[in-house]
Amino acid sequence: MPALAFFAFAALVPSIQGAGYAFTDWDGISPELTFVGLENFRELLEDETARSALLNTVLVAAAITVVQNAIGLLLALGVHARIKSRNVLRVFFFAPAVITPVVTAYLWKYLYAPEGSINALLGAVGLTSWQQDWLGDADLALWSVVAVVIWQFAGYSMVIFLAGLQSIPQEVVEAAALDGTGPVSRFWYVTRPMLSPAMTINLMLSVIGGLKLFDQVWVMTQGGPGGETDTMSTVIYRQAFQFNEFAYSIAMAVVLTVLVAVISSVQYRGLNRSGGAK
Amino acid sequence: MNRYTWRTAGLEAAMILAALAFAFPVYILLSLSLRGTGDDPSLTFANYGDAWQQANLGSALLTSGFVTVCSVALVVVLSAMAAYPLARSTRAWSKAVFLLFMLGLLLPFQLALIPLYQTMRDLGLLGNPIALVIFYTGLQTPFSVFLYTGFLRALDPGYEEAALIDGCGPLRAFFSVVLPLMRPITGTVVILNAIFVWNDFLTPLLYLSGTEQQTVPVALFGFVGQYVSRWPMVFAGLVIGIAPVLVVYLAMQKRVIQGFAGGLKG
Repeated sequence: MPALAFFAFAALVPSIQGAGYAFTDWDGISPELTFVGLENFRELLEDETARSALLNTVLVAAAITVVQNAIGLLLALGVHARIKSRNVLRVFFFAPAVITPVVTAYLWKYLYAPEGSINALLGAVGLTSWQQDWLGDADLALWSVVAVVIWQFAGYSMVIFLAGLQSIPQEVVEAAALDGTGPVSRFWYVTRPMLSPAMTINLMLSVIGGLKLFDQVWVMTQGGPGGETDTMSTVIYRQAFQFNEFAYSIAMAVVLTVLVAVISSVQYRGLNRSGGAK
Repeated sequence: MNRYTWRTAGLEAAMILAALAFAFPVYILLSLSLRGTGDDPSLTFANYGDAWQQANLGSALLTSGFVTVCSVALVVVLSAMAAYPLARSTRAWSKAVFLLFMLGLLLPFQLALIPLYQTMRDLGLLGNPIALVIFYTGLQTPFSVFLYTGFLRALDPGYEEAALIDGCGPLRAFFSVVLPLMRPITGTVVILNAIFVWNDFLTPLLYLSGTEQQTVPVALFGFVGQYVSRWPMVFAGLVIGIAPVLVVYLAMQKRVIQGFAGGLKG
């Protein structure tokens, strides 16, 4: 099984190695290791940067999950309706999802700049007071980054919801309409329950994507200003490859792994229960 | 419900507005990349030539292309071959191996990244695109195995059994009967993996750093860092970098969208 060999070499073995290193004082170079137990994790807990990165990561994942899926669902309902331009619109909405995140990040960095297009647009419609330093403002920067991720991947959620919508038998919805239910209750009582497999997949994808977020943050802010936009992935990268704090960085990666594993197994259970595993 | 009413028209208008809002950033990207520098703001393609040379995009496109093609080809062949016995055999080892692959779906690659970096350094593969091919193949195999296994389990084994009865060897039965039958799911696997590999940034940033051979995202990253004030040229570079993916997407949009939507339903 050559597939197993590649998988073991590139993912499985290094992951186990990594999990082991997290309990040592490894510096990435010397072959001598000392077992330090939970020292690295204690250090993480006491480190302000690590704590704020952890909090940011959870906030980012939560915000992306909720907003991206809400927009994705609305878009899916919109393009599922009998409008003439639905096929063209679908292509538009999904397009950002195939673009390299590094590119969309630079694009938005330009749009967000103090002299950039967004502020110019706000100025043009007379909303000068809404103009902001979108990526420089410590309170705002993280949400500016989140908005870019949502813009990019809402179409992705849409596509999955759309597949769910298309698998709903038309007769069921029509029967409900004949029985006199309005569009809102028709959605809530008929469509929504039948969308639950698509919903679970979307939730899983967006939570995991949010937890691992790196590219957009690294390009737009490198974690700044003052660590306000640091996520776990940017801290892992910086600690390991700029400060050579390998053991610390790996301990962080272990925390991330546990977080991802716990959340996805909880969601996977939900997926099985809703009968959407197939 | 199938009539086109005023309400539908209203919805249509709202959706078109939303689509324009979605596309606005991309419009800025294109229009700025065509803007002349200095006193001459007329449309020009000069930025594209400049960006092509300054960012060394020709070589980056080649590296990205090489890595993407090799990784995807390996992933497809290896995963399909691995999934076949996993889907057909009911023995205990087959279940165990499948579970092992599924464990791989859970592991975020951030955990493997650093120890593997050391291993690649010891093997002298750092800075070599081969390192990326190995990494992506290993990383993407579990998900592809998952997709293939799900597809094969739903596929009638009668076809290959017939081939075996007709005196066809197991390898030939696999390559000339099973593999062609799996074409729809192979399309999905190719699309999902190719877009992931082409767009990935963190891995090549690590494994190819400090070398001449860069993939497109890393080349753009370095290039923008250098010329941050010359936005038109920078944007031209960005457009070149995404052009291959966008062209493929627009040419095969139906297939790509289906791949993303269907692949995840397993």
